[in-house]
Amino acid sequence: MPETTITITHEVGLHARPASMFVQTAAKYSSDIEVTHGEKTVNAKSILAVLTLGAHKDAQIIIKAEGADADEALKALEELVADNFGEN
Amino acid sequence: MKSISGIPASYGIAIGPAFVFARVEIVIEPCNIQDPDKEWNRFMEAQETTFQQLDKAYLKAQAELGDEEAGIFGAQKLMMQDPELIQTVKFRVESELINVETALYETAEAFATQLEAIEDEYLSARALDIRDVSSRCLRNLMGLKDSPAEGLIVPSIITAQDMTPSDTVLLNKDLVLGFCTEVGGSTSHTAILARGLGIPAVVGAGEALRKIKTGDSLVVDGDSGEIVIDADKKSLKEFKKRQESFLKIQADAEAISHQPAITTDGHQVEVVANIGSVDDVQPALLSGAEGVGLLRSEFLYLERSSLPTEEEQYQSYKTIADAFGDRPVILRSLDVGGDKDIPYIDMPEETNPFLGVRAIRLCLIRPDLFKPQLRAALRAGYGNNLKLMFPMVATVEDVEKVREVLEECKQELRDEGYDVAEQMEIGIMIEIPSAAVMADQLAGVVDFFSIGTNDLSQYTMAADRTNAEVATLASGFQPAVFRLIKMVIDAAHTNGKWVGLCGEMAGELLAIPILMGLGLDEFSMNPPAIPFAKRLIRSISHEKAKQVAEHVLQLKSDSEIREYIKTEIPEVDPKEL
Repeated sequence: MPETTITITHEVGLHARPASMFVQTAAKYSSDIEVTHGEKTVNAKSILAVLTLGAHKDAQIIIKAEGADADEALKALEELVADNFGEN
Repeated sequence: MKSISGIPASYGIAIGPAFVFARVEIVIEPCNIQDPDKEWNRFMEAQETTFQQLDKAYLKAQAELGDEEAGIFGAQKLMMQDPELIQTVKFRVESELINVETALYETAEAFATQLEAIEDEYLSARALDIRDVSSRCLRNLMGLKDSPAEGLIVPSIITAQDMTPSDTVLLNKDLVLGFCTEVGGSTSHTAILARGLGIPAVVGAGEALRKIKTGDSLVVDGDSGEIVIDADKKSLKEFKKRQESFLKIQADAEAISHQPAITTDGHQVEVVANIGSVDDVQPALLSGAEGVGLLRSEFLYLERSSLPTEEEQYQSYKTIADAFGDRPVILRSLDVGGDKDIPYIDMPEETNPFLGVRAIRLCLIRPDLFKPQLRAALRAGYGNNLKLMFPMVATVEDVEKVREVLEECKQELRDEGYDVAEQMEIGIMIEIPSAAVMADQLAGVVDFFSIGTNDLSQYTMAADRTNAEVATLASGFQPAVFRLIKMVIDAAHTNGKWVGLCGEMAGELLAIPILMGLGLDEFSMNPPAIPFAKRLIRSISHEKAKQVAEHVLQLKSDSEIREYIKTEIPEVDPKEL
């Protein structure tokens, strides 16, 4: 299962608008996508679950994807986070 | 007698019983079910209704409160379609054969508790959101009323913690004497609503309001911000006297509301209404509107899951235009896009929606949206005075493109044998600074302008009007904005075209003399403001207004302008007339 580790640089962390964008991006892909922060792993397409990760600024998250478009999905999510959720 | 003080948010004195606007607890009765598929279908239906309510609340909140508040409804929608939530509910219904109300309530509650457990102000607020949206869905499932507003049966003063657009949308406005809220400022939703309805309001009065019970005798003083519980005889008499004098001002204004808006030296302007649906026609006519300066067409697109057909649009536009006979009705083409989302219109997500594919920009790339609306308007305008106006025009090219599509539609309609409003006047909104600067060239390709000061101000000042930190910059009393307005009016008049204004400013008594002095031909405002605007216009001279406007262009700030107007034209205070 392809995976990637990335650090959240956005001021508000994986909350508010960044969390919505993250979930909406993940939802565009058919693959199963998981996101891990610390010991907690959740469905990346669930806003409620992603919020409970409590991933603040500088948190390291691991994204895993499995399915037909897993690579594209990972790439899109990675870019979203790296691009500071479009605020760079 | 007790007194509480808050922020005065809308003029006038209200006297009457309190109605405490409080949410009803939803009682869930767990039970077993036979048919999980049927149960699941019930959920899907309730979910769909919830989405529609949220979309409506989103658009209304955005129009009245701005993007940030509207965003709450967007986030709530995302929660209501959360796959973890949905799957858990479905799994429990199918495996435990329990009713979907129980499954939804418990699942949502579990998520809310998890969010609350992480001590974080932001996440606690999201816990409220998941509870709020799941309660909304539960009410839909159980066929419960959407709001405590249904309990309002006698004329009352509404007291509430605060009111959201989805709360107030359901209030029977005829029974509301006044508002008081615990939280909020003079630009909160309640405050804006109260001013729009012309009823007194005090906001931000704090937790002291919680002492008030439904039925308590209240006085709300919208001038001073005072709320009095169980006023004694003497002060009640005093309040009644002041209420009478305010009502007299209001009655005076209403008495002249059907007379023309002519200054003491014989200069006439048009005073027309901003409306947003067929239901708004009667109130507009009653308030003395001489036509419609802005008919928002978005109402036709809300609360549904597919585009309105040409025929539906034709019927609505025709009903409205015919109601005004030969008086003008200006239809604005669909003004959505970017951040104003209509679920069934597929729009790209944008990082800066205010500068993105909005309004006419969206329509020009989406003929499937644009053409049915234009065709409906061209058909509906036959035999009355319907005009078309396009929002967010930035360049002369925009107008040329619009005209091309319009001609195409006309030709199609002729070929199909319809009666077409061949001579329909075409105008544009001036709300982008580039359009104001290029007004001399734009005046050559359109029949009229309508200045949208809300957007023109925020684009000119580079200040988001929903951001309190910079709101005064975007307030519209900026010398830079008045200078642009002058440019636009002068350019139009040189080319023999007329200019209206349909932003908030048109109904602001302080702004009216300035705009009239600058030569504005048409003032378009919310119907309750019309009598007051006409009363003011009829009591001042155009000569004086011109002098004042001239001087305003030389002033340096918002506050300087406001002070100057109050000194020069005391009539801008309704009590001074």
